[in-house]
Amino acid sequence: MGKRVGMEVAIAAAEAVALCNIDVAAVYPITPQSHMAEHLADIVHDGRIDAEFITVESEHSSISACAGASAAGARVYTATSSQGLMLMHEILPIVSAMRLPVVMGNANRAISGPLNIWNDHTDIMPQRDSGWICMFSENGQEVVDMSIQSFKIAEHPDVMLPVVLNIDGFQLTHMIEPLEMPSQKEVNRFLPPRKPFAALHPDNPLSMGCFNMPDIFTETMKAKDTALWNSKSTIIKIWDEWGKQFGRYYKPVETYKADGAETLILTMGSMGETASIAVDELRKAGASVGLVKLRLWRPFPVEELRAATAGAKTLIVMDRAISFGGAGGPVATEIKSFFFHDRGRPRIVNFIMGLGGRDVAVDDFMAMVERADKIKDETYEFYGVRES
Amino acid sequence: MSTVQNFEIYVPKLLEKEEFFSAGHRACQGCGEVLALRLILKALGEDVIISNATGCMEIISSAYPQTAWKVPYIHVAFENAAAVGSGVEAAIKALRRKGRIPDRYVKSVAIAGDGGTSDIGLQALSGAMERGHDLVFFCLDNEAYMNTGIQRSSATPFMAATTTSPAGKKIKGQRTGKKNVPEIMVAHNVPYVATACPSYPIDLVNKVKKAKEVRGPAYIHVFSMCPTGWRCASELTIKLGRLAVETGVFPLYEVENGKYRLTVDLPEKLRPVQDYLELQGRFRHLGPADIEAVQKKVNQEVNKLMHKVKTSKSWLDMV
Repeated sequence: MGKRVGMEVAIAAAEAVALCNIDVAAVYPITPQSHMAEHLADIVHDGRIDAEFITVESEHSSISACAGASAAGARVYTATSSQGLMLMHEILPIVSAMRLPVVMGNANRAISGPLNIWNDHTDIMPQRDSGWICMFSENGQEVVDMSIQSFKIAEHPDVMLPVVLNIDGFQLTHMIEPLEMPSQKEVNRFLPPRKPFAALHPDNPLSMGCFNMPDIFTETMKAKDTALWNSKSTIIKIWDEWGKQFGRYYKPVETYKADGAETLILTMGSMGETASIAVDELRKAGASVGLVKLRLWRPFPVEELRAATAGAKTLIVMDRAISFGGAGGPVATEIKSFFFHDRGRPRIVNFIMGLGGRDVAVDDFMAMVERADKIKDETYEFYGVRES
Repeated sequence: MSTVQNFEIYVPKLLEKEEFFSAGHRACQGCGEVLALRLILKALGEDVIISNATGCMEIISSAYPQTAWKVPYIHVAFENAAAVGSGVEAAIKALRRKGRIPDRYVKSVAIAGDGGTSDIGLQALSGAMERGHDLVFFCLDNEAYMNTGIQRSSATPFMAATTTSPAGKKIKGQRTGKKNVPEIMVAHNVPYVATACPSYPIDLVNKVKKAKEVRGPAYIHVFSMCPTGWRCASELTIKLGRLAVETGVFPLYEVENGKYRLTVDLPEKLRPVQDYLELQGRFRHLGPADIEAVQKKVNQEVNKLMHKVKTSKSWLDMV
């Protein structure tokens, strides 16, 4: 049986990774990921797990070392944030193209400049097209559960893709929360040791990372896209398996009081909890408001989102990043693109908010719901900008 | 004649017969780098995993769906061969300990060109060496970014013309000297550092075997003649390697635990550097005064090295 504990979420993330019996971790410290790195180092140095902990000289090298270790057949983990993730950017699409299972915890933080160490989603959004499975967690329990699930998803023979789990920096990483930490026995049952499809070893010499000429590159890209789309059914299968074993169920799109709601708020990550309180308040006041939470960002759960938003008149998309000089927040842009041909699609209102650690409270969600009715601009609007 | 020298006479017969880098790759005619690579792989044997940087050797060997590599091989990117090799080493160590792979020693080997070593790859290399991974790193140095079309790197020699250090009317080629990466590696307390050249195959093979025996980091900087980039006839490859050594342009030495030792003696009187320069189009623009300037620089570097050969002591004797 699992154990009820009160624990800082970053520490819990490291504990969950340790339960997965990883072989190699390569980590470079960055705020607000550092507690994850430090606690994992504690675990390895105390001999609680048998793993190599590589204290690399940069995030570029942490993801590169993870690629090498994964190619050699190891179960590998890294964690980063913000600038660190940006430094990894070059290597991320190579890891996915080579179909190397790597699990990464990303403590979401704003990217420079100006420098800002606080929470938003501007770090992960530029990695959108890297070919990684990309998920968001809402609370400490989800961080623990999804960290463990991520290894099983990444290493599954029908998937073989890297997974990044987004954990809102400070807002989530530094919270002390009550949660259930699964036992080693339970995790062993759920997640056996990795059995690589192919690994670098002299007993079976392979060449990995061969370059593509124009006559095959497009096919490789198509194969990568297909692999990422196909991963969704396995992700859902593994989440069901987790639910059956642990009693906590996960879906690509989660909803709260969304059934029949005229207006829906859409969030990702830790904001969901605050937004759900706003929904309760608005419901009390008689408004027909519900909440939709995107857990899975890549592959994009389009059918699930369509089902969750069917019948709604307005969908308010809360973006914590922006494509400057473009169509607005990346989440809203994506949804608009998918819904373009849908008859009876909801009107989509896009707020850019919660940037660089700007607090978004219950009142703010209520204010945005009120504001949504008045917005004429079909593109996007910054919320909460101080004009003086 | 000492016993060791006698031994070396017979070594060619003891060279590994098996090829681990197959024929049919796409290297240029007269490529000194691929010759070095072939010898390195022979010396390493089959129990290795290669992490290769983007560059000439990667491009000529691994056009999907073909490969010239008969040993396990991975290429990820340009600047991270040492980091990938670190990960491979950590993985085989952990997996062997945990009984998930056969219980036998496998060496992690990283290979990069001079750009992937002394420029863009220097940080990853420094990190890997500082952390003490059980990893041999080979710099195959052809003295410029040959794969992208002969642009200068920090390993390009003084005065050499490249496409980004052209022989202009005002500026005559490369303005700086060669970055001394072996010395940087010694400063990392790497227990085995060496220079080598495929024109001296036995010396090269012996050094590779020595590096393989190290249980920790090792670094070998291999002078890799490049007729294409150096603008010379392809049959001059071996000769140029010999001349580089005989003129003192690229002395062959090894550094064991900080102790420098020449493995190929320099002639009593160095051959004039002109003998080496005049065969190459990249130095065609040099007049007598320029050659004199190059000679001065070479003398200076040789004297610096000889000072270290004479005065350095093994760290192991300093405790």
